[in-house]
Amino acid sequence: MDLMQLTAVRLSEKIKSGEVTVKEAAEASLQAIRNKEKEIHAFISIDEEGVLRQAEEVQKKIEKGEQAAGPLAGVPVAIKDNICTLGIKTTCASRILHNFVPTYDAHVVKRLKDAGAIIIGKTNMDEFAMGSTTETSAFGVTRNPANQEHVPGGSSGGSCAAVAAGEVPCSLGSDTGGSIRQPSAFCGVTGLKPTYGTVSRYGLIAYGSSLDQIGPIARDVTDCAALLQVIASHDRKDSTSVRLEDYNFMSALKDDVAGLKVGIPEDYFGEGLDQDVKERIFEAAEILKSKGARVEFFNLGMVEYAIPAYYVIASAEASSNLERFDGVKYGYRSEEYEGLHDMYKKSRTEGFGPEVKRRIMLGSFVLSSGYYDAYYLKALKTKALIKHSFETAFKKYDILLAPASPSTAPRLGASLSDPLKMYLSDIYTVSVNLAGLPGISVPCGKDSKGLPVGLQMIADCYQEKTLLKTAYTYEQNRGKK
Amino acid sequence: MSEKITDETIDYVSILAKLKLNDAERSQAKEDMQRMLDYIDKLNELDTKDVEPMSHIFPIDNVFREDVVVNGDDRESMLANAPEKKEGQFKVPKTVE
Repeated sequence: MDLMQLTAVRLSEKIKSGEVTVKEAAEASLQAIRNKEKEIHAFISIDEEGVLRQAEEVQKKIEKGEQAAGPLAGVPVAIKDNICTLGIKTTCASRILHNFVPTYDAHVVKRLKDAGAIIIGKTNMDEFAMGSTTETSAFGVTRNPANQEHVPGGSSGGSCAAVAAGEVPCSLGSDTGGSIRQPSAFCGVTGLKPTYGTVSRYGLIAYGSSLDQIGPIARDVTDCAALLQVIASHDRKDSTSVRLEDYNFMSALKDDVAGLKVGIPEDYFGEGLDQDVKERIFEAAEILKSKGARVEFFNLGMVEYAIPAYYVIASAEASSNLERFDGVKYGYRSEEYEGLHDMYKKSRTEGFGPEVKRRIMLGSFVLSSGYYDAYYLKALKTKALIKHSFETAFKKYDILLAPASPSTAPRLGASLSDPLKMYLSDIYTVSVNLAGLPGISVPCGKDSKGLPVGLQMIADCYQEKTLLKTAYTYEQNRGKK
Repeated sequence: MSEKITDETIDYVSILAKLKLNDAERSQAKEDMQRMLDYIDKLNELDTKDVEPMSHIFPIDNVFREDVVVNGDDRESMLANAPEKKEGQFKVPKTVE
């Protein structure tokens, strides 16, 4: 039995029943990584020693009856390399952090460890989460397990590829403009971006703070719910963290969408969308309809303004968040410099890659005096209008159905030559971040080239349970239309 | 149409961004930024005269607590990743003569 083909929840059940040991599960993951990494390159660091130490500790606890209730006890989990892990290098796929070893765990990592999960290693990503292909990593590209000539998507490309390749049952990613949902779609896995504030960002290396959210990536909806249940909690170390009344996300896993109101934004199905992707989404809508959901088209509006607003806001926040990388406190310091300011500039110039520099420059410009109102303030006002258009939609609908991306995974090297074109590939995901909504991407078949297509479902703020229920229902019925 | 990005703009933004671009990077940055701003100009189609800018989606309140020390002296872990340190402090090049 290949343990890495099991879902996380199934694997944990086998561990808790004593059929499989934690060490066996961890070794199965390490072995799969050894077999596949040469081709896929989903990881930046593997913590072999730590894995076996953790496995022993967790095994003892399970045998003593502690942590036995956790749905992820003993399960290997991969962590995107922008989430801090105590004693394990956390690089953000950047030269500037190539030697950074955090002295603390991010809140989500602590939650995972407390639940008995095993931190297997750190996954590749676009540098500082800026990109849509995992090609801007300073440590080389990740390849899509579905077809290695194609990108896995980004920026959580490593986390998605690791799950798709069977290296781990599940992983964590982060989503600033679609960075969980889009690579999940490209790799054929399930990825969820929670409502902003549901998961603590403490220990997540910030890109666009008002948009970033950590979320689960897994093989099915049940694992996503289980992982979310473990990582979501109120955290006083993150001032934007919210306190929910109900964190029992697994209770939402019901095959039932009777009476559910589903809206399909017409404006998401115009020019630029692949025919194959469009057909798969419509087929998915039919399945929900056959299960008793009421599905209709409507006009969402504001769609073409989301990307320009997003890039202004995200770049502005990036330029300010990345100020801290100056070669003084941590990370790379240039070898030769004349004086303090020259040291800052040289360390940053040598440490950051081209895409990061591009966004820092744009961000510094839109925040500079004389341009602040015309660009930054204008973008914040646009954000308010986008939020309003979703509020109007959610007065009528419980769930919105959309593609996760206009196309399936592009070939390696095809996107980077034209940044603007790459940015446009985020058109169906960025508005969800601007409005703070939860969204999930669920596999919904393949295109004519055999590449996975992702179905995106979007719910109103804090409606994760409706989102999970709808995704679960679709998943249960997609094979038996 | 947004105003033209000049060499002076790039110089000024490089100071703000603390980046030292070479000639090739400068001309690339000029081109990229101009292209992005032309694209961002699409936002000018929107009438936002009476719209309140939204920096945060939920109302954010200040989080208050009593001023009680809850953490220990983390000096060692704070300095653990410093490229250079001296006597328990970050070491940087001399800034005053």
